[in-house]
Amino acid sequence: MNAITVSTLCVGGIGCVSALALAVADKFLSVKEDPRIGQVADLLPGANCGGCGFAGCADYAKAIVTGGAELNCCAPGGAEVAGKIAKCLGRDAVDVVKKVAVVMCGGDSTSAVRRFAYNGINDCAAANSTGGGDKGCTYGCLGYGSCARACPAGAIEIANGIARVVKSRCIGCGKCATVCPRKLIKLVPASETVHVRCSSKDKGPAVKKVCAKGCIGCRLCTKLGDPGAFSADGFLCARDYSQPLTKADDVIAKCPGHCITKDAD
Amino acid sequence: MEYFLLIVSAILVNNFVLSKFLGICPFLGVSKKISTALGMSGAVIFVITIASAVTWCLEKWLLEPLGLAKFLETLSFILVIAALVQLIDIVMKRFAPPLHAALGIFLPLITTNCAVLGVAVLNMKEGNGFFKSVVFGFAASVGFSMALLIFTGLREKIERANPPRCFRGVAIALVTAGLLSLAFMGFNGLVK
Repeated sequence: MNAITVSTLCVGGIGCVSALALAVADKFLSVKEDPRIGQVADLLPGANCGGCGFAGCADYAKAIVTGGAELNCCAPGGAEVAGKIAKCLGRDAVDVVKKVAVVMCGGDSTSAVRRFAYNGINDCAAANSTGGGDKGCTYGCLGYGSCARACPAGAIEIANGIARVVKSRCIGCGKCATVCPRKLIKLVPASETVHVRCSSKDKGPAVKKVCAKGCIGCRLCTKLGDPGAFSADGFLCARDYSQPLTKADDVIAKCPGHCITKDAD
Repeated sequence: MEYFLLIVSAILVNNFVLSKFLGICPFLGVSKKISTALGMSGAVIFVITIASAVTWCLEKWLLEPLGLAKFLETLSFILVIAALVQLIDIVMKRFAPPLHAALGIFLPLITTNCAVLGVAVLNMKEGNGFFKSVVFGFAASVGFSMALLIFTGLREKIERANPPRCFRGVAIALVTAGLLSLAFMGFNGLVK
């Protein structure tokens, strides 16, 4: 036998033995996976945004089928996907409220003062830890775009020194809310358009000193608006989204801090 | 003493990544986060140690008796290592699910890794015995893991730094890898 035959047989033999071993192992050692996991994973959007709190869509599908996780955690998929999964698994459909992110600060560069010129790394956490941030207001949006870089949908724009969420593009995953060092981004029901865009807990005069669009804690909104539509905590008012708001225009026009605004889009 | 020298040599002096330039793709690919680098390190140590044992048996019991060792070494090693890794993957999934969850996604990535093949081929070139082959394989993979973890730590720092625009990303990572390699040249002469 010449070398070519021997080597062909040898490599072929190794290949056959390996293939056989793998086939046997796959037959006897394979782990049975619930086929519904794959079906649910196919129904999910596949964006792997992690907004549901699990490590990606496949992990969430597994948690739904085996761990009994809620069906309505997928923000990008919304009610449509939740309904499809419920149908696939034979469970009752659950309500899904589509949520979007809102930056609770309206202090852009024309209305808020900066204490010094920050020249460091282009990152909000870094800016925030440099002397407490360059913005006069220690609660306000720094505008270095950490949230915009974290957004998987490209829904956050930095304009005029602050971050703004483009509602139509927001998938509601909440990644921006976790990276914001000042915790300014809140997830609110997408149907809501009126927000108190200020997070400053300082007293009125202190707010006025650093920003022209800050909540001074006068509580006028709680009196003018529908009962319960606005709540006040110390020197900061906030919109309570569980209550409806019908007198929005009146509140917006009369807010002395000019911090209650209506979404443009 | 012989084994001690072998281990020191494989980890520091003849480091697989930094002086032999083997296994560069995982070195650059999974060095962005410490957690993934740790998973990759574990998988590499596991696979290389087992692969050096198996390839030694293959060489001594099949290829050498048939007189094919000279030209069929590389091909048959790749074949056997690839099959072996798949087999380990299946067995691990069944009997050690936590270990599979930690190393699972890295195992298929290193089926045809040059570091794994490099250890096997070097073992044959040096004419190491069975035990020495396994020890060399283990030490080499520990060296790989150490280089990977050091590099990952550096890259995590660089992520926060502010290099000139043209150096950002992969460019500065490659410069760092080069400097790290230069630093490891300092170990030359530690072991003959």
